[in-house]
Amino acid sequence: MITGYFNYWVVIILMMMGFYIVISDSNLIKKIIGLNIFQTSVFILFISMSKVKGGTAPILIAGADVYSNPLPHVLILTAIVVGVSTSALGLAIIAKIHRAYGTVDETIIHEQDDLQDEN
Amino acid sequence: MLAHLPALQVVIPLISAPACVLVTRANWAWLLATAVSIISFVIALLLVHEVSEHGVLSYHLGGWRPPLGIEYRIDHLSAYLLTIVAATASITMIAARESIKQEIPPEKASLFFSAYLLCLTGLLGIIASGDAFNIFVFLEISSLSSYVLIAMGRDRRALTAAYQYLIMGTIGATFILIGVGLLYMLTGTLNIQDLQQRIPAIVDSRTLHAAFAFLTAGISLKIALFPLHLWLPNAYAHAPSMITVFLSATATKVSVYVLLRFFFDLFPQEISLQQFHLGKILLPLSIIAILTASFVAIFQENIKRMLAYSSVAQIGYMTLAIGLGSADGTIAGMVYLFNHAIIKGGLFLAMACVLLRIGSVQLEDFAGLGRRMPWTMAAVVLLGLGLIGIPFTAGFVSKWYVLSAAIEQGHWLAAIVVVGGSLLTVLYIWKIIEHAYFKTPVSATRQSQVILEAPRQMLLPLWLLVAGSFYFGLDTSFSLGFASTAVQALFH
Repeated sequence: MITGYFNYWVVIILMMMGFYIVISDSNLIKKIIGLNIFQTSVFILFISMSKVKGGTAPILIAGADVYSNPLPHVLILTAIVVGVSTSALGLAIIAKIHRAYGTVDETIIHEQDDLQDEN
Repeated sequence: MLAHLPALQVVIPLISAPACVLVTRANWAWLLATAVSIISFVIALLLVHEVSEHGVLSYHLGGWRPPLGIEYRIDHLSAYLLTIVAATASITMIAARESIKQEIPPEKASLFFSAYLLCLTGLLGIIASGDAFNIFVFLEISSLSSYVLIAMGRDRRALTAAYQYLIMGTIGATFILIGVGLLYMLTGTLNIQDLQQRIPAIVDSRTLHAAFAFLTAGISLKIALFPLHLWLPNAYAHAPSMITVFLSATATKVSVYVLLRFFFDLFPQEISLQQFHLGKILLPLSIIAILTASFVAIFQENIKRMLAYSSVAQIGYMTLAIGLGSADGTIAGMVYLFNHAIIKGGLFLAMACVLLRIGSVQLEDFAGLGRRMPWTMAAVVLLGLGLIGIPFTAGFVSKWYVLSAAIEQGHWLAAIVVVGGSLLTVLYIWKIIEHAYFKTPVSATRQSQVILEAPRQMLLPLWLLVAGSFYFGLDTSFSLGFASTAVQALFH
């Protein structure tokens, strides 16, 4: 059971770890790291399902007639690009937040906003 | 040329986005963005015509036949949504010049318009595409560019709002990606029509249940369905005014479209409703959304925030109508979507006018505004009537259809909530009217008496929306007629 679905167990563990970091951590940069782990677990999910038992890499070579499915790899290439852009944009916004608030900690930012509301 | 319309609808704004960066002058960039928006609108109208004449259009990208190639598929539902998005884009851009000149530094204007065009590309692409993974990619294009646009708001809170939206939006999109991946795992296809054929055979598979659950959570986040709406009020309140106008009338609407496309088309609707009980998830959440969000809206001091909470409630009406699970309910949801885009777009546009002239959208600064900005505030009153659902407005038509669909299904609680939500709407719209017309400003200096009407370039689009909110209250041949054909096709 565990060995048969090894990749999928890894996916679930990574996914939950990433998700937990996003929800629980108040440091904005760590949240982005959590988001990356979360997204990476989905990449592994896609790559794992494309494996065909006994298949080689999907390149035409003599002597091979079973190939792994290349389509999920292509999809994930796109998803990786999306993920990189998301992280880059997230970090850019954090840089601007740091300039405006002088911190990257969510609780301090909320305190500053509340303070501003009272004045 | 006509045969390539489905692709051109998406490709023209996509190519114009980098072109816009090269145009460094703010005014020229604005002109380009406006021209592209209007061209998109013309293409959308041509597609509406083509679809009503010849039925569904299927466009094979690069000549690769579906299900192997990517298909752009324009049916009645897509054409309907394309029209809404492209029309909103055109009206927003025509009105945008003054407001953006004030809110965005001139050296960043071309980048701003470029991000706007990418957002438009993404939204149009989601609607045009007939491929599940392609929809995910376009969803991310539109989301990433809207995070950028929101972060460009003047207040530093725009940054935290954009960040919050980025985190929640990415989680939502990744959930959708997981759902699509599981579907591919089961069926080996990504084409929506092909998936629809294959899903009934594997309905008992647990993987399919998981896919359905992931998709529901992901799409609900994008729709801002209660309780996943937390990103919306901040994002709408702090984004540049024109971006609030644009996003409020398009982004969540397109997500509602994605809900319909996935659960009434990709999953055949009888499977979604009867075996996966979609209605039992949507109805209670929508009812809570309508009541709590309307209630919270009453106590907001920032009017943009008030209207944003009102949007959460209005989205509740749409998902309520869809969750009723009948063809009539879904038609009502589509009509609601159409009319709400006009009304809420108009209200946020009026707020853009106020922010341009007064520099604030706090309730206390509205005192005496009825005299200072007579045309803008008159528009707010008329659109407010539409939001409440007074007869002869578009808002009445949509609420009426939701109400009759609820009664037809024997869902009395939903019917009561529809009416009760309207009463709560009266309360917060009245708060604006009361301040604007019946209160005098605290500091009655001469300066605060001067008439400060918004520029004509903003007033004309605003009154066009006001006219629309009354026109579609009387003549429902497009809003209702076209939506019924679209929904009948889903319900066969």
